[in-house]
Amino acid sequence: MAESPVERNALRMVNIEKYFGLVCALRKINLEVGSNEIVGLIGDNGAGKSTMVKILTGVFPPTSGEIYIAGNKVDLRNYNVKRAHEHGVETVYQDKSLGEKQVLWRNFFIGREITLPFGFLNVKKEKEIANEIMVNTIGFRGKGITVDSKVSKLSGGERQGVAIGRAMHFEAELIILDEPTVALSLKEVAKVLNFVHKIKEAGKACIYISHAMADVYEISDRFVIMDRGEIVADMAKKEISLKALDEFLLEYSHGMKDKVEL
Amino acid sequence: MKKGTSLLKFLTRIEGLPVAAVLAVLYGVLIIVAPRVFTGFRIYMSFLQTVPPVLVCALGLTLVITAGEIDLSFPAIVALSGFIFAWVFKKFDAPWAPWAGFILALACGALVGYINGLLVAKIGVPSIMATLAAQFFWYGATILLANGLQLNIKDVTTSIVHTIFVGRINIGQVPVPMQAIWALGLAIFLWFILNRHKFGEEIMFIGDNANVARVMGIDVVATRIKLFTVMGVIAAFAGLLLTLEINVFFPTQGSGFLLPTMAAVFIGGTSIAGGLGSITGTFFGAYIIGSLEAGVVATTISGYWVQLIEGIVMGASVVLNIIIEEGHIATTFNRIRHWVRPDQPNTKYEGN
Repeated sequence: MAESPVERNALRMVNIEKYFGLVCALRKINLEVGSNEIVGLIGDNGAGKSTMVKILTGVFPPTSGEIYIAGNKVDLRNYNVKRAHEHGVETVYQDKSLGEKQVLWRNFFIGREITLPFGFLNVKKEKEIANEIMVNTIGFRGKGITVDSKVSKLSGGERQGVAIGRAMHFEAELIILDEPTVALSLKEVAKVLNFVHKIKEAGKACIYISHAMADVYEISDRFVIMDRGEIVADMAKKEISLKALDEFLLEYSHGMKDKVEL
Repeated sequence: MKKGTSLLKFLTRIEGLPVAAVLAVLYGVLIIVAPRVFTGFRIYMSFLQTVPPVLVCALGLTLVITAGEIDLSFPAIVALSGFIFAWVFKKFDAPWAPWAGFILALACGALVGYINGLLVAKIGVPSIMATLAAQFFWYGATILLANGLQLNIKDVTTSIVHTIFVGRINIGQVPVPMQAIWALGLAIFLWFILNRHKFGEEIMFIGDNANVARVMGIDVVATRIKLFTVMGVIAAFAGLLLTLEINVFFPTQGSGFLLPTMAAVFIGGTSIAGGLGSITGTFFGAYIIGSLEAGVVATTISGYWVQLIEGIVMGASVVLNIIIEEGHIATTFNRIRHWVRPDQPNTKYEGN
């Protein structure tokens, strides 16, 4: 992070809490993501990972706490998916990032269309830019996939590539990958990881949520482990080996580990 | 053979072509079987006069079905809008009355559609239930308001509204009904809305997967409400075309529209699953449906055959649509070739 004189985080969450009625889903979450850092977010089902993602992407607001994106404070009362996009938070979901029956160029610009007067689409421009993203950002070359192909013709890995390419095109500060490799074959997982490397190369920040420990370990700079609504560990890659990380988590899920002091 | 399949592939890219082909075949057959009726222009003019109300409803319904919803209430809106127009026209004997009636009828259609939209999008009532209830309610309301009586509005024929919307315009030597021109214009307009406008794109994504639409920042609730409102206005317009054409409002008008309209949409290739819709297909589909009955009767086959033949044509169109859909045609072709000459290897079709 030597390139910027003022140290700037892509994301800073301060004391974020979320209650659903009396049930506490997130307790005192403090998380920072550096401007070109890939953070692997790990945790069992129900640990609060997806609640956190939903707060970050504007699906619902937190009960209390503050969020700063690229140094700008987020107005949480007026926060929604569109605002999240404006702040530069882009999310790639396991399965709900793309409209299956729609052609690729529409998928790149859905919700953020390039329009002519009266809301008509500038199809020519959208196709041009979509093609540019596919060739240069994602590197789909000579695979018989064009901007006019339907998403249903793409493999799982390619779909995630399209979603990641779209996120990068829209100048994301922070790209959240919510279990992007679930239900993919090994070959497709490799493709997705390759796309994640491109996020890093492009100088963006990323939160990578996954169960697949080997994937998370390979691409992350830092690991954040959540359990029952709290962050229980936060460590840099150099502090821990994959084997140690695995054992740590295994012990955790068996309830043998007490809370690690941060 | 390679060249043949690429030509076929090119043809399948043209939206609505299979349905247009079915329509052409249908007319071809009718010309052969009933040449006296189907070689003159008069039968076609009568189709252009009777099909537009159903066609207009079907165009609107195409958008609704593309969004993964259904609207069963449009027949009631056809009746309601006819009543409102006829009532205003009779009540106020002034030159502005037809215009006032026209605009008020459209506004009522919008209101009914808006209420449907609120029920579906805000409260979360499944659209089939909400609009079924609306269908009963608004038919009931119309019958009550009209006291169950029909309203004769013969004088409307001298009004300018009548001339503009259902008059005859001479194209060459042929007097073409204006409603056919309006329906064609609406079809072209809605094609652009669905395929080239933000609203249409939102409709397709919502129909495809509402969750995707939501996380991509589309206001799903507002779009659904807007969609049902538009459907209400379109159905009211269809009711106006009908009432103006026949110069009379009757309380059960539109009650026979439901099935032909849905058939037109599905023959046209719009997917019941949502996400994809074809305005062009619906356009030709409505003419297929509208021509069948008169066509079959004109062939002097017994009238008892009408429904059976309608069923065959509908079934054939839908099957054709599924086969011809992108990518399927080459596989089907290969399979047929394999059946005919099993000794040849069954070359695998490669997607483009």
